Order: sequence, then C-alpha cells, then structure tokens
Amino acid sequence: MNNLLILGAGSDVGVACAHCFAENGFNLILASRNVEELQKEATDIQIRHGVNAQSVFFDALDYKSHSSFYQSLPMIPDAVISVFGVLGDQTLAEKDFEHARNIIDSNFTGNVSILGTIANEMEKLKKGTIICVSSVAGERGRKSNYFYGASKAALTAFLSGLRARMFESQVHVMTVIPGFIQTKMIEGIKTPAPLTAKPEDVAKAIFKGFKKKKNSIYVLPSWRFIMLIIKMIPEFIFKKLNL
Amino acid sequence: MDKISNWGLFPSILAKESSPRSVSELKNYLSTNPEFIPRGNGRCYGDSSLAKNICSTLKLNRFLAFNQEKGIIHCESGVLLSDILKVCVPKKFFLPVTPGTKFITLGGAIASNVHGKNHHKEGAFSQFVISFELLTNEGIVLECSREKNIQLFRGTIGGMGLTGVIVSASIQLKPIETSYIKQKAIKANGLDELMGLFDQYQNYTYSVAWIDCLKSGKNMGRSILMLGEHASQNEIEALPIKEPLSLHSEKQFKIPFAFPSFTLNHLTISIFNALYYGKQWKKEVNNYVHYNPYFYPLDILSNWNLIYGKKGFVQYQFAIPFENGKEGMKEILSRISESGTGSFLAVLKTFGSADSFSSPLSFPMKGYTLALDFKVNQKVFALLDELDLLVLKYGGKLYLAKDSRMSKEFFERTYSDDFKHSNQFNSLQSQRLGI
Ligand SMILES: Cc1cc2nc3c(=O)[nH]c(=O)nc-3n(C[C@H](O)[C@H](O)[C@H](O)COP(=O)(O)OP(=O)(O)OC[C@H]3O[C@@H](n4cnc5c(N)ncnc54)[C@H](O)[C@@H]3O)c2cc1C
Ligand SMILES: NC(=O)c1ccc[n+]([C@@H]2O[C@H](COP(=O)([O-])OP(=O)(O)OC[C@H]3O[C@@H](n4cnc5c(N)ncnc54)[C@H](OP(=O)(O)O)[C@@H]3O)[C@@H](O)[C@H]2O)c1
Repeated sequence: MNNLLILGAGSDVGVACAHCFAENGFNLILASRNVEELQKEATDIQIRHGVNAQSVFFDALDYKSHSSFYQSLPMIPDAVISVFGVLGDQTLAEKDFEHARNIIDSNFTGNVSILGTIANEMEKLKKGTIICVSSVAGERGRKSNYFYGASKAALTAFLSGLRARMFESQVHVMTVIPGFIQTKMIEGIKTPAPLTAKPEDVAKAIFKGFKKKKNSIYVLPSWRFIMLIIKMIPEFIFKKLNL
Repeated sequence: MDKISNWGLFPSILAKESSPRSVSELKNYLSTNPEFIPRGNGRCYGDSSLAKNICSTLKLNRFLAFNQEKGIIHCESGVLLSDILKVCVPKKFFLPVTPGTKFITLGGAIASNVHGKNHHKEGAFSQFVISFELLTNEGIVLECSREKNIQLFRGTIGGMGLTGVIVSASIQLKPIETSYIKQKAIKANGLDELMGLFDQYQNYTYSVAWIDCLKSGKNMGRSILMLGEHASQNEIEALPIKEPLSLHSEKQFKIPFAFPSFTLNHLTISIFNALYYGKQWKKEVNNYVHYNPYFYPLDILSNWNLIYGKKGFVQYQFAIPFENGKEGMKEILSRISESGTGSFLAVLKTFGSADSFSSPLSFPMKGYTLALDFKVNQKVFALLDELDLLVLKYGGKLYLAKDSRMSKEFFERTYSDDFKHSNQFNSLQSQRLGI
C-alpha cells in the first residue's frame, strides 16, 4: 500500500483528493491547522474506504517546525500533495504590506520551506512524488489579483526548477494549474460555469496526472488555451483591460 | 436565490439554499436565520423541504463510526443511503428499511419515517433508529433516544424537519449473507385475487405489487405481486454469481428527451407487459436478483422525473385501514381508471401497525397503501380532491413526503393535531397545512 501526505488537507480540493486517493488504496496523513475537524474527515475515510487515515497538525507559516513535522509523521509518505493557499484581498494588500506578505508567504514561502524539506528527504530515498497546486493566476499578473498571482507565479517557477533538480533522483514533481474551482475560496464570486471545475474533478485530474507522471496539468483543458491567449495579448493592450 | 423544487418538480420556489459543512457552521446558520427548513437530497415529491430559506445537509456527510460486530452505524445526517450501502454490504449488513430510491439522506429517512416493502413485518425506519443528535431552535445539540429527550426523539421521527436539524444518527443495520434477493413473482388477474395473495404470503419479509391502472371492470387490479427474502450463501452457491456481496453500480442513464413521444407510461407499460405477457412467464416465477434492481428499479434513470414535462407531477400516496380496505381500494382504483389521467402503474403495499416511537405526522398505519403519479395539469387537482373524499370515507390519510396539494381541512381531519413546534422551522407544506 502507498502512503499519501496532504498539506492543507482541510481545503475542499484537499478533501476531494483524500477521497480519490483513498478509493485507490492509499493510506492518508491529513495535515492542517484544524486537527479536530480533520480527524472527522479521517474517520470518514477509514470507514468508507477501509484505509488508514490520520489527522496531524501543520502550519505552513511555521517554517521552523517543518523539519520536525516531517520527521515525526506516523508513516513515510510515498507522495505529497500540497494544496494550502490563500486568495487574500487585493485592495487590502495594495495598502497593507503585512497582508501582501501573508499572501506571498502562504502561497509561496510556505511551500518553499516544506516542499524543500520533503524534497531533500525524498532525494535521499531516490523515490517519491511531490504534487503542488498552483494557479492559472500565476500565468500573468492581472490588476484584480496580482499579489496572489505573483505568489503563484513564483510557486510555478519554483516547482519547475525543483522538478528538473529531482529528475536525477527519480523523484517526480507535478504542478497543478487549475482555473476556477467551486470551493469556499471563491464562495460568492460568480464564475462562468463551463470554466469552473468541481473539487472532485480536480482530484480526479490529479490522480490521473500522478499515474501518468505528468509534469503539469491544467484540469479543464480549455484553460490551457485561454491562458495561451491571455499570455499572447501585447502588454500595451493588456494594461488597459479590466481583468 | 435559486429556483428550487423537489422530485416532483412541483411546486418550485425562489429560495436561498446554504450548505453548512460542520456543526459549528450549522449553529451559525441557525443563529442568523430566524426561519428555515432543513433539506436532504430533495427526494420528497412536493414541498416538505421547501421554504424561502433552506438549510441543506448534503455537506454534512461523514461517517462517524461503524461497529461491525453489532452492525451499528453512526453518520452525519446528509450521508446518502446509497453510501451506507457501499460501506455496509461488503461487511454483510443491509439497510433495515429502504424506500424505492437509495438517493435519500439519513436525515430525510428519519424525518419522513420512511417505509419499505417490509413494513407489514418489520415496521418503519423508526424501529431501527438508536439515537440521533438534534440541533434545536435554542441552538443546542441534544442527544435523543428512547431513554433521553424522549419527547423530541418521538416528535422528530416522521416530524418532517419541523423540530430542528438532525445532525447525526445511529442506526441498527440488518445482517445479510449475500447482496441478492430470492424473489417470487406472482401474476394476479384482479384485485380480489391480489389481496388474497397478500394475505397468503404475509410472512414474506418483502412484498409489493404493481397494478395496471388502465384496466377496469373484471380485470381491474391486474397486477404482479413481488415477494422477496434476502438470499443465503447456500442458496446462491449453485448459481453463476461471482461475487455474493457485490455492490450496486454507480452508472446511471439519462433519458434522452430528444424523443418527444417518450413517456414514463410507455416505459412502464412495456416493462409491465413484458413481464405479464412474456412467453417465459408462467403464473409464478422464482429467481434471484441483485438488491439494486429489486429495491431501486428506477434509480438507473437519473432524470425520470422530467418525463412528465416541466410543469412536473404529483405523487398521490394514501393509506387506508384493512377494514373495508378491499372495497375502498376498488372504489378509488375505478375512479382513477375512469379518469384516465393517472400513471399506468400504481404500487400497492401493506402496512403493519403504526409504531409508538414516531411523531403524529408519521404516515404508516395498519392497512393498505397505494401510490401513483399524476402529471400536473388543470384537471388533475379537482380529481385528487375527489379522491381525498374517498380516502376520508375509508378512514385513510396521505403521505406528507409525497404531498404538495392537500388542503388544510383534509389534513386536519386525517392527522392528529397533537404536534407543536418552534416557528423557526417551517416549510411551504407546514404553512399550507397549518402545522
Ligand atoms: C423514486 C422514489 C421512491 C420513493 N419511495 C419511497 C418509499 O418506498 N417509501 C417512503 O417512505 N418514501 C419513499 N420516497 C420518498 C422519500 O424516501 C422521502 O421523501 C425522504 O424523506 C427523502 O429524503 P431526502 O433526504 O431526499 O430529504 P428531503 O426530500 O430533502 O426532505 C424530506 C423531509 O425531511 C426533512 N429533513 C431532511 N433532512 C433533515 C435533517 N437532517 N433534519 C431534519 N429534517 C430533515 C425535510 O425538512 C423534509 O420535511 C420515495 C421517493 C422517490 C423519489
Ligand atoms: N478555488 C479556486 O478557484 C482555485 C483556483 C486555482 C487554484 N486554487 C488553489 O487550489 C488550492 C486549494 O484551494 P481551495 O480552492 O480548495 O481553497 P480553500 O478551501 O480555501 O483551501 C485553502 C486551504 O489552505 C489552508 N491554509 C491556508 N493557510 C495555511 C497555513 N498557513 N497552514 C496550513 N494551511 C493553510 C486553509 O486551511 P484553514 O482551513 O486552516 O484555513 C485551507 O484549508 C489553493 O492552493 C488555491 O490557491 C484554487
């Protein structure tokens, strides 16, 4: 049996991934800041899927704890999915540097710290898979959410470098670049239905990509084209668009 | 605000539906919504779970514990019966009572005190509810059982969501050896014969009859009685069954509405006739079938409720006592076949005694129960009012979970008024009926 660690497992996408991998026989470690609530999720998964599942405490911003967090896990993970992140408030971030920093740290620095720790361990074992959820928002900075976008852009770049470094040690790194997902992160924001994935769709796409050792996946294929077009718009036009 | 309706697509309401994911979110919802109704999977037919503000339980859907020795399962109220089957069948347990669809929530099963084909022998869902947690209008979660908070326990089972939100529940499952049913199907030429057969075979755990509603006169009540028992390991050993505990498949089909001539009557007439007149069909057939087609024949079509068109349909389900029941059933059936408007098939079952551990709003009462569909149109409501008078005459009542149109007067004459509840919980139905 394989073991999977999910970082930020209380997110809607995290829960969906947990069910999808458990259905396929994975034992789970669900890591999040809300251990109690996630223990319910872990029990549910044990009963539904007959696998082992546990909930542990994890704070992406507590960098100092990351090494001991990883060392004291109840089982050694064969694969890791990192889904934690914050959308933040763009206008607030424009005025308040602390808020901007929180967006950047939660999406980027936190991953650099924990995934860096995990990568070093996996490198020693010469096996393992690291999956991390970035975002299409990182493909081009838009005026409506460029703090979030910048942090995700940095994350995507980090992952692509990490992938190249880990290639020699047979550790695989997969970047997930979703468009809209129907989760509490964007609750209340109206998004076009055909471009909005359900958390379960994202989980399925991640599992499929994991099996096929994909380097990066977009979840809904239409997003690959949309982002291609968005990236092609010349800057002198782009800056006038209300995106 | 979205337009929301239940399975019969009638009535619909512009409502705000929220889906708390945890008990704390639920409590928060309760404290900020002065009036609402809990809703499960919307499989009641009418307006029992409709209101301007709806609290959906579908995201409260976690299994909390499963005692595999005792067969006791504890889940949050939004868990679907289909999910419980997936967990319990491989461990040799089955739902103790199940309605004709597996896509209802545990909370909905308790709130409507649902019945299955075994009511005459094993009773309603209430019999198997060990305990539940209820969020009351005071914002506290109370554990209710036969020993604790007895009044609330009783009032909530069959209480149509009016006592509060069921948060989680523990139920007793039923041991099985296989996931197959040993079935006996018998043809009956008319109602007298059918009722005789129900009597003769009352010891069977499961029984239900499909009645052809178009036949009148001597052949009125032309029907097929389907009896069943859970098959034992021994019984299916000799059969070509690879997995004795196989689960239902998740596959569902959509009816393509590109074919305008397609109606549910066409479908059911052809199934019924194939069964009734099929060459291989003798008077009686004995075979083994999987639980899925046996209990949930319509679940394979994900959207059969669209078959009656956008205006929707009502399901009319009544119960009348055995006393003069045969006579009553004949009179009602002939009125229906005369009208020529009902669905082709009606489903007849028998009920054992009503139980002492359910709300006065709970439906089952000792006697016969018949259910059939009517497409919503101008004429149909007048016909149903007429049928109500017949139901009244024979001392019967209607099932609230199927109702969307009975009058307050009729309700008051057929249900006891011994039911009080907080004004925080109200549905279109409870308001229509003055509950
Ligand atoms: C094809 C089909 C066949 C059926 N066959 C049968 C049958 O054989 N026997 C039978 O008895 N019924 C039958 N039904 C009816 C169905 O079982 C009931 O209406 C059931 O209550 C639906 O459950 P639900 O989860 O969809 O709840 P909903 O339909 O959403 O709600 C039903 C009622 O339960 C209340 N409720 C739901 N969840 C909670 C909660 N957590 N706390 C408090 N109140 C709650 C609602 O307020 C409402 O009053 C059938 C329905 C269909 C569509
Ligand atoms: N929703 C979308 O449209 C969308 C689109 C593209 C990409 N994504 C990405 O998909 C991923 C999953 O997001 P989601 O949509 O499922 O949103 P979500 O439900 O809001 O999940 C975000 C999760 O991150 C966790 N988190 C935040 N800061 C943390 C920290 N310091 N330590 C530990 N956990 C922390 C949160 O935990 P708490 O519960 O403890 O706060 C929360 O569970 C995110 O990376 C997001 O950026 C989302």
